[in-house]
Amino acid sequence: MKVLMALSGGVDSSVAAAELISDGHEVVGITMRLWGGESDTGCCSIADVDDARRVAQQLDIDHLVFNFTDDFNTHVVDPYVQAHRNGLTPNPCIECNRHLKFDRLSERADLLGFDAVATGHHARVVQHDGAWFVARGADPAKDQSYVVHMLPQRELARTLFPIGHMTKTQVREKATALGLRTAAKPDSQDVCFITDGGGRVAFLGSRIPFRSAQVVDAVDGSALGEVDALEMVTLGQRRGIGLAGGGPKRYVVGIDHASATVTVGDESLLLCDSIAVRNVVWAHQPVVGAMAVQCSAHGAAQSGHLAQAGDQIVVTWDSAQRRVAPGQSVVFYDASNTYVLGGGIAV
Amino acid sequence: MAAYTYLDHAATTPMRPQAVAAMLPFLSERFANPSGSHRFAREARRAIDEARDVVAGVIGCRPGEVVFTGSGTEADNTAVLGSVARRGGTSLCSATEHHAVLECVHSLGGHVVGVDATGAVDLGALAVALDATVDVTVVSVMAVNNEVGTINDLAAVRKVVRRHAPRALLHTDAVQAASWLDLRAITPHVDFLSLSAHKFGGPKGVGLLVAREGASFAPTLIGGGQEAERRSGTHNVGGIVAMAEALRLTDATRTADIERIAVLRDRLVDGLVARVPGVHETVARDRKVAGSAHLCIEGIENEALLFMLDEASVCASAAAACAAGAMEPSHVLAAMGVSRDLALGAVRFSLGVTTTEADAERGIDVVAEAVQRLRRVRVTS
Repeated sequence: MKVLMALSGGVDSSVAAAELISDGHEVVGITMRLWGGESDTGCCSIADVDDARRVAQQLDIDHLVFNFTDDFNTHVVDPYVQAHRNGLTPNPCIECNRHLKFDRLSERADLLGFDAVATGHHARVVQHDGAWFVARGADPAKDQSYVVHMLPQRELARTLFPIGHMTKTQVREKATALGLRTAAKPDSQDVCFITDGGGRVAFLGSRIPFRSAQVVDAVDGSALGEVDALEMVTLGQRRGIGLAGGGPKRYVVGIDHASATVTVGDESLLLCDSIAVRNVVWAHQPVVGAMAVQCSAHGAAQSGHLAQAGDQIVVTWDSAQRRVAPGQSVVFYDASNTYVLGGGIAV
Repeated sequence: MAAYTYLDHAATTPMRPQAVAAMLPFLSERFANPSGSHRFAREARRAIDEARDVVAGVIGCRPGEVVFTGSGTEADNTAVLGSVARRGGTSLCSATEHHAVLECVHSLGGHVVGVDATGAVDLGALAVALDATVDVTVVSVMAVNNEVGTINDLAAVRKVVRRHAPRALLHTDAVQAASWLDLRAITPHVDFLSLSAHKFGGPKGVGLLVAREGASFAPTLIGGGQEAERRSGTHNVGGIVAMAEALRLTDATRTADIERIAVLRDRLVDGLVARVPGVHETVARDRKVAGSAHLCIEGIENEALLFMLDEASVCASAAAACAAGAMEPSHVLAAMGVSRDLALGAVRFSLGVTTTEADAERGIDVVAEAVQRLRRVRVTS
């Protein structure tokens, strides 16, 4: 097959490219230029494009860079900023996958005559019951099925995850064995357009006005302190909420934008029996019933029961779980916790 | 070159034949612009990438820390002017720096630190100057002096800078160092390092600046954003490839070269000292590089001597090659405290990889005769 290999400059996509080549595919390496500003997180900076290009040279495949900065701003950065303004906790990497990697890029791949698009995600695409599904990667500590949960059949049919069957250790060993310059490169941990130096505060601070907020106790409403930026506070947060040290552990259990109030309380106040999920997409068909549900990139899936509620899905937990910050992705796996059936955004 | 007795390697060196060979394809069929997106361009890009890896290996830095420039002067300007442009603050350099550094410091209103009698930076004076100066952004001390060959102890300089101006960046003009010192021993002590290809068997018109991580600077050239936005302008692909090959070879043969050249240098200087009274070797051999044979000759004017050497096709120079031809003594010798009289008789002979015994012998003969003739004329006039 003629495969478009998305090269980020990291070790996973480097080895994925090598796997495709040894499987006999015709591979072209593409790096997407997404963020036009400063970057120091190990993804998308000029140094990362250099790494991608040098790996392509080492593997003797062509390498090109596509400029998708406009789409990135429209579909990832601007919504990220807006979400914070509206008190949501977005996941920009998921929106990037949704709109850039598996939409814009795959559309370009079609145009240029490619048979498939490949990325270095730790995930798998499998056939099950006559349809395609994302399945968890072989390395449970590195599984990224959560961030690629949104792929519909059309995409799944021509998406390859060449390292999904490998553990991270095996990936690095393979990279070392091939002498790839990215073999020991650290994984990029954070959002590519937020610098380690400035953080979210610097990025958002220059784009939206921050409102200060009162921090009050959940039980008796007493004033406990203040935060400089209501927009930076997330449900479930423990640190950085202006509380004096010592005393019992307190978590953000409520955020009210109208009154600019952050309510903090005991962890037990974070628990809930069910959550509502909007903008749900399905890999194949809508499903209801017993499911494993994952609410964060590295969190464990918990058992619950899905039911339709208008155009939303309600997940009723088997045992009480922490509430999910609005804006975060909620991903539904089959009851055996193997296949991604669909997912959406926590209300 | 067979027609000349070339004793001016500090001015420029002949290209290594392998460097010429490496360069030629890029002047002919492999002419693509490496910034392009087609595969023809990517081949040229790859050549630059590989050259970058090679030079980084010899220098002991990361490939991403290498910025290809059009000359050593450009690299010096970028480090000094660029770091101050980025951060504000002041600049300092030693009194014997090349003009490519000195002019920058003067233009910024920076400070010049004295040197000892050998031309090495005076560490005590440096400490005092750093203490007395607010907000030092960059200190520039050359690795090897281009006129008299003196080697600076950059590890010691770094210690002083770290102690007296911990936030300052340290730049070294290593343009004269590549043939004589292991750059890997220098790089750990500095933030910026300049090199010039034509000083180590590469072509003219290409150099590089090492900018170590954390050493930020405003670029000298802005435009297309080449070199990761640090130095715009279409890459001199052939020059870069040739520079890398020349540096690789220089590094590979350096130890053997130095041994051989030192013997020739010693013969040249000892031969002249033995035959002609009043010839002074400006810097002691244990303080300078192996190819340096800078002399101060009593009772002659260097311009006159050079004229006579030229008639005999012997190539040497007085003061730095790019100093204006006036009768002013060199700023290097003045900073070293060499008397004006003696400085007027200063001549720089510099040996290199291609220097032969015949060059040394002929040098002795021609210089001795020329000096004797000039002194005879002077006495009788």
